Amino acid sequence: MMQPVLEVRNVSKSFPGVKALDNVSFHINKGEVVGLIGENGAGKSSLLKVLNGIYQPDEGKVLVDGREITITSPRHAFDSGIAMVFQEQSILPTLTVAENIFLGREEEFLRYGLISKSRMNAAAAEELKKVHLSIHPAMRCADLSFADRQMIEIAKALSLDSRIKTDVTILLDEPTSVLEQKEIELLFRIISDLKQRASIVFISHRLEEVLEISDRVYVMRDGQIVQELAAKNATVKELHQHMVGRQLHHEYYREARQATPSAKTVLECVDLNKDGAFSNISFELHEGEVLGIAGVIGSGREDLARCLAGHTSPGGGRLLIDGTAVHFGAAYDATAKGVGLVPSERKVEGLVAPFSVAENMTLAALPKFVSGGIISFSSEKAVAADWVSRLKIKTPSTATSAGSLSGGNQQKVVLAKWRIAGVRVLILDHPTRGIDVGSKEDVYELVRDMTAEGLAVILLGDTLDEVIGLSNRILVMRDGEITARFEAPPGGKPTQVELVRHMV
Amino acid sequence: MKPVSVLNGNLLRHWRRWAPVVVLLALCILISLFNGNFLTFGNFIRLLNSAAIPIVLCMGATFIILMGSIDLSIEGVVALTAVIVSLLVLNDISPYAISLWAVPIAVAVGGLMGLLNGILHVKLKTPSFMTTLGVGFAGVGIATTILGGATIRISDQTFRFLSLGRVFYIPMAVWIAAAAVAVAYVIQERTRLGRWLYAIGTDEMTARHAGIPIERTRILIFGVAGLFYGMGGVLAAAQFGQGHALISQGRLFTTITAVVVGGTALSGGVGSVINSVVGVFIVVVLANGLVLMGVEPYVQQGVQGLLIIAAVALALDRSRLDVVK
Repeated sequence: MMQPVLEVRNVSKSFPGVKALDNVSFHINKGEVVGLIGENGAGKSSLLKVLNGIYQPDEGKVLVDGREITITSPRHAFDSGIAMVFQEQSILPTLTVAENIFLGREEEFLRYGLISKSRMNAAAAEELKKVHLSIHPAMRCADLSFADRQMIEIAKALSLDSRIKTDVTILLDEPTSVLEQKEIELLFRIISDLKQRASIVFISHRLEEVLEISDRVYVMRDGQIVQELAAKNATVKELHQHMVGRQLHHEYYREARQATPSAKTVLECVDLNKDGAFSNISFELHEGEVLGIAGVIGSGREDLARCLAGHTSPGGGRLLIDGTAVHFGAAYDATAKGVGLVPSERKVEGLVAPFSVAENMTLAALPKFVSGGIISFSSEKAVAADWVSRLKIKTPSTATSAGSLSGGNQQKVVLAKWRIAGVRVLILDHPTRGIDVGSKEDVYELVRDMTAEGLAVILLGDTLDEVIGLSNRILVMRDGEITARFEAPPGGKPTQVELVRHMV
Repeated sequence: MKPVSVLNGNLLRHWRRWAPVVVLLALCILISLFNGNFLTFGNFIRLLNSAAIPIVLCMGATFIILMGSIDLSIEGVVALTAVIVSLLVLNDISPYAISLWAVPIAVAVGGLMGLLNGILHVKLKTPSFMTTLGVGFAGVGIATTILGGATIRISDQTFRFLSLGRVFYIPMAVWIAAAAVAVAYVIQERTRLGRWLYAIGTDEMTARHAGIPIERTRILIFGVAGLFYGMGGVLAAAQFGQGHALISQGRLFTTITAVVVGGTALSGGVGSVINSVVGVFIVVVLANGLVLMGVEPYVQQGVQGLLIIAAVALALDRSRLDVVK
């Protein structure tokens, strides 16, 4: 058997509360294109980060050309023949194209300690030719389109080819998500060319593309590789099945407590749109309802959530609260109208970590605790203590700093903050991200409590499972548009496969 | 539709790039309308001369700001190196008189203080703001202590030639400043250090991933900046013929103002030492013009203050900023 260019053997990687990679084995042969697919959070990014030297695996090993190596940094990975093309780009806008391609590798062009710009530009022009990009190497990257920058990133990876002895593996993380059809075709042609010189790992949510370009496909789920198959015989439907896998547990999501929403509409969107984020978004949200929004990263659902919460303004369309059109210039306006957002970046956006539990809880409703310009500590403390017991928050006291609590309890503090502020619409963006299983169930319980009291919830679930389990209705988004709507009554829930079909 | 918006975007960017030059030209025209003495050869030389020291200081400060850091130690370094160089040339207090040999020593002291800035900032992971503020105060303190409040008079004419001597009608200080600009420009454009400081100032994480030695680069850049400040101290001593801690007063504000007014962004990654040269001239021409127009010194200070705020407001593309601290 041929020696793999790059191999990962039994690699595991854990973070507090999450097993990101669980005994993953993976290999790629010379000249092969391997597809890597899975839901968000399935472990694709973690695997890439291990290969790129950003994460060190807890267990297992990485082999390049059959030799075990410890990859210490992205630069080390690069010098070992593993080049990563990041989804969020690593092109510096303030530098020129040539400077970006050879950043950190200027030695080659030094003469008496000075960089020869002409030689560097000439070498960059060579690399640009490989990707059929006709731009001047001395152009500043800030002046280029997003797609051009993506191609430069690929050119940078390819520049390795002529410069190191070992075979080159290029990791492409969602390279097509920002490209136009013509550019995708070009990229695919380049990948075909490349197969003679390099091996390629191709990650994408667009399964048709993966099947088209890959020789083999790995499917990841819950930190494990659950399936390896030849692309030739595989179908998109088959891939969906493998991505989704497990069955629903009704009890886990407290389906029995799923409320029947009232007929009263709290929030309504009519043709809401925002350039480059989402378009034609129309839906109604009722009192006591959980409306789930499913979609992959880049589907526009995060942008929509931020827009509904007033963090950004829509480009057009109407947003109505209780039938009256509103315009949110800032999150403050949304809060005043009773709309709150529990953000996915809890530690950065949800909590002021050094503040106490009580201070965090009253943050969005501070005027209620002020008389004569002075904050009343006693009423603040009383209300906070009440919510600590109602939500069973495990904290030594209301004066403990919120940052020191566990993830689940932090999330409860964030929820209490909005309850105290008296919101009627709560947008939950990945409410259970990074918290342990027990706390997840607590959060689900709280969602049921809230809807029982008439609150309306918009849910961007951490997993599809969660969206299906908790929601009364589900919207599926892809490329900024709603592609499907599902009713999800207890006992009549759509399956993950049905949703995934409209997501990718 | 589309080409128009692209064109607008480019125009806006180009306007931002050339704004400092436009401002400088507008100032010159405006002032010459008010006062005929502005456009005389004598005044031109006076302008160059008063720009010399700020330009040397700006070369160092620009590097630091391009890197996304800030350096508040300028006055401390200038004070200490000015006092040291005064003590080493022929003077009325100390017995040493090594004349021009004192210059490399003082510049080296500046470099060491810069390295100290960098090492403390990087190794102790303290913000450059605090570290350099501390080192700067220590510098002024040491300079004051060495002299015990006295003032040294420099009687070494060879040394004073560095500032006062004229070559082709142009003061020596101006030639030295021009050389400093040339050196800084080569560092910025043609060395890895220069390339890397832009990368670090733009996105440190990406720079780190590209294998750039972030810590070493930061420390070295602070060292290089210190060398420029040291040279600034030498020129100040040569110009005034005195060594005293107060010689550095007001230089920090002028330097940072000039860098920012020149269009180098405080957020890092955007700008150039050439921008700062333009920035220095804006500040110097404005001061010169206000003097020619007979404006009171304190009002002049107020105008400078407004100028820096206006420059920051113009230079920042604030639509992309979520949080302003």
